[in-house]
Amino acid sequence: MSFINYASREINCKIVYYGPGLCGKTTNLQFVYQKTAPDAKGKMISLATETERTLFFDFLPLSLGEIRGFKTRFHLYTVPGQVFYDASRKLILKGVDGVVFVADSQEERIDANIESLENLRINLKEQGYDLDKLPYIIQYNKRDLPGAMSVEELRRELNTTNVPEYEACATTGEGVFETLKAVAKLILIDLKKGK
Amino acid sequence: MSNPTLVMYEEEFQEVNEVIGRLLKEANAKVIFLVDKNGQLISGVGETERFDTTSLASLTAGNIAATGGLAKLIGEKEFSILFHEGEKDNLHISIVGGRVILVVLFDNRSSLGLVRLRVKKSSEELSAIFEKLMKKSEEREKRGSSDFPFAEITDDDIDNLFS
Repeated sequence: MSFINYASREINCKIVYYGPGLCGKTTNLQFVYQKTAPDAKGKMISLATETERTLFFDFLPLSLGEIRGFKTRFHLYTVPGQVFYDASRKLILKGVDGVVFVADSQEERIDANIESLENLRINLKEQGYDLDKLPYIIQYNKRDLPGAMSVEELRRELNTTNVPEYEACATTGEGVFETLKAVAKLILIDLKKGK
Repeated sequence: MSNPTLVMYEEEFQEVNEVIGRLLKEANAKVIFLVDKNGQLISGVGETERFDTTSLASLTAGNIAATGGLAKLIGEKEFSILFHEGEKDNLHISIVGGRVILVVLFDNRSSLGLVRLRVKKSSEELSAIFEKLMKKSEEREKRGSSDFPFAEITDDDIDNLFS
């Protein structure tokens, strides 16, 4: 649910990075944070455990510039990926405008990917959203690892609805901005339709 | 979608700012913020430049969401007031009209009792403004009124953002 403020001429949108534990959601945000000019970003907040596992969420506010005199701002959130944090995960999805599903390309994580994707659908449904109607894209992360499955295999398992997909290596930043741009664009096109 | 887009117009924005500006004085507070339940900052008055308002908004909404989850687990609808006491500064957080979050930051020049009392009165006024705002948005939507700034944007406009 975006927030349009005519008084301050701003549009705010919320993007959520979802995916199984250790798939690289936080790493995606960290890379965006590192590579963004200081005037275009706010502080990145990570509510994490002492071992740097996300406990509640990471948050990164970004401003992209103006469209027709309106400042466009995107608030990037990640969810905690570990299975037992489901109650927290649901909360982060409230008011979401677009979703990036970050999949771990390693073969041994395929079941975790599938489980997380099902969990995403269920949790969205609980909030009254339908994943197929939301701006939604998939990122195949960790393409650099030797145990990575082929994109065709991943697509067959995870992208049955044929949404836009991007290959990435979040630690080096490959594909990170492509993913972000793609989802931001889908959200703006959605707004244009006046949904 | 489960929630319509929150739209804030000039007129209501001024009304909101009047109410929280008055509350700031009457409650002897340092800063007051209004935040959408999804974490978007709506407005703020007082010493706002001293604080990272965007982060504050996001964490407040996370806080309310988490305590809301706790409330449901024990069979409550929500906890409508949260109070955080610090060594110098305190936070009084309350839900207004079931939809927005009012955050009052105050120190020992004020007191919890005073803040609670003044917040209660202002909450009623704010509720009324937000209700009016919701009706206005709904009516505009029904009329198909096209003052929506994004209806006219082109693909080029969107591409330019990323160039």
